[in-house]
Amino acid sequence: MTIRNLLLAATALALASPVWAQSAPTITPQPVVPTAPAPTVDDDGGLSGTVSDEAAWQDLGIAITAFATDQDLPTQTNAGTTASLGRALSDVISADLRNNGLFKPSGPAGLPQPAYPQVQSPDYPVWSARSAEMLVQGYVRQNTDGTLTIGCYLYDVQLKQQLVKGGWQVGPSDWRRAAHKCSDMVYSRLSGESPFFDSKIAYIAETGPKNRRMKRLAIMDSDGANHRYLTSGQATALTPRYSPDYKQILYLSYLNGNPRIYVYDLSTNQQRLITENRYPTFAPRWSPDGKTILYSMAIAGNTDIYKISAAGGGSAVKLTDSPGLDVGGSFSPDGSKIVFESDRSGSQQVYVMNADGSDQKRISFFGGRAATPEWSPRGDQIAFTHIAGNLRVGVMSPGGGSMRHLTDSWQDEAPTWAPNGRIIQFFRTEKNSGKATIWQVDLTGRNERKLPTPADASDPAWGPIQP
Amino acid sequence: MFGRSKFGAAACLVAGSLAMSACASKAPKQLPPEPSGVATQTDDGANRIIPGSQADFVQQMAGQDTIYFDTDKYNIDSVDASALQTQAQWLIKYPAKRATVEGHADERGTRDYNLALGERRANSAKNYLVSLGVDASRVTTVSYGKERPIALGSDEESWAKNRRAVTVTID
Repeated sequence: MTIRNLLLAATALALASPVWAQSAPTITPQPVVPTAPAPTVDDDGGLSGTVSDEAAWQDLGIAITAFATDQDLPTQTNAGTTASLGRALSDVISADLRNNGLFKPSGPAGLPQPAYPQVQSPDYPVWSARSAEMLVQGYVRQNTDGTLTIGCYLYDVQLKQQLVKGGWQVGPSDWRRAAHKCSDMVYSRLSGESPFFDSKIAYIAETGPKNRRMKRLAIMDSDGANHRYLTSGQATALTPRYSPDYKQILYLSYLNGNPRIYVYDLSTNQQRLITENRYPTFAPRWSPDGKTILYSMAIAGNTDIYKISAAGGGSAVKLTDSPGLDVGGSFSPDGSKIVFESDRSGSQQVYVMNADGSDQKRISFFGGRAATPEWSPRGDQIAFTHIAGNLRVGVMSPGGGSMRHLTDSWQDEAPTWAPNGRIIQFFRTEKNSGKATIWQVDLTGRNERKLPTPADASDPAWGPIQP
Repeated sequence: MFGRSKFGAAACLVAGSLAMSACASKAPKQLPPEPSGVATQTDDGANRIIPGSQADFVQQMAGQDTIYFDTDKYNIDSVDASALQTQAQWLIKYPAKRATVEGHADERGTRDYNLALGERRANSAKNYLVSLGVDASRVTTVSYGKERPIALGSDEESWAKNRRAVTVTID
């Protein structure tokens, strides 16, 4: 599962040229949650800065060509030879950029295919004639140990200039990650936003009739590929959360009949209870640094929020103490605050407290009920479920202002943020049938699409960008 | 069905505000009986329910093994109290039996909150049984939130049937 950034290994490449040494690498390990405010447009602390859709870069014509190879060799990937892998890589990149409503890319189908030597010296007149403004080219090479070296270049056709490049060495099973890294590089360079494609999603796969739904823990890449079931479905599984390092998943299981939170270890496929006691525990959440787990626990009918060390062994700290139901919780990116829901006022509303439980303040005052708050990785907004008639996904500022809806359907709930805080996934339940599907929407609310999953799907949890 | 709900509304107006809250969104008190034969145990070819069994409990309760709640509510009203008294009488008659109260919510809420709400409803029923003399150690609770609806529609009538606490005795 390693992916090596090759920007320091330029000499190993046949195509190595001074350009490798010139420009700064743009692919660097990202922190789990960027705390610095990202570049925004007209940001007055409210919502205007989030409307990335208005930017002109979205109208750019981007040509994405099939990645070239120096030698057409069989590979250990599921994509065939290096030549067909080159086409598959650009297919993934093209789909990434198109499916998220970010760009309108063309190719690789229907475009000229650059030869290997052309990857670093594009035939600009050809692309100008095709009215392409941006050009993505790349190559794939197989190394003697079976690993793959993949290079990705973004050119400005009008300026006849290379804008950015990246190179990665990956194992055969990780070739799609190199494509996502390339997508991230192109997206970041053109939008000024942080990357998000090279990330994974944990969710619940659903099958069966409404009154006997089988619910299984499942994972997939951010584009729906590499899908895998982790539990058999014998015990109902709910509300997973990827750990920030992708090594574990917190989730609720009815194993042994009662709802309890388990930590599932992805390397050993073993799981353990986060706390040994007889009370039901649910709504698990990680802190941004992965060291603390938040959970909700009901004692004699009253639910409060607790935190406990993720390493295990420590004692739990009770953070809330109201007669109402205090549920869920989501840390601010710097870990100093927690946003949570409580019905202490008589109906579900959103509150913010310090991470030690002090200074609990209600922030939602816009009517209806407000639930499932999730703090953006950028820190600037809180996504939540607004219940007023229908259930809709909305966002508000951390102070509770500037509330607006992103979706308008019968039942949309449980938003989860993309690693860059620009896109939200949630699940949508169909009236009567109860069938659930995962959707995503950007912060304009306009680019909405359903994610392809092999079965029905709910409770998405988007993990951070991979290093 | 339309005429029935009209009648229900009229009854509420007459009965006053206390009853009104109970009338507003309660499920029909008379639910269809359990399918016969499913929960019974056969003995020498003849259908015979063993006294003190879960099948016996279901038959004796005649629908009163379940109590219903208003949206987001968990209080025990007079109809619930009557059902729980019937349950308590049975449980006191069979002191060796243990029971689980299953708390549920309707689909029109978020998942985590509904788990908490189901637990609160189950505890509400349990506490009432205990107040009637059932030993607390005999009764456990479990919340299914919105995961196990009994009525499958997406309408007020179905949701009213799903906001419930069901007492199940353990054979």
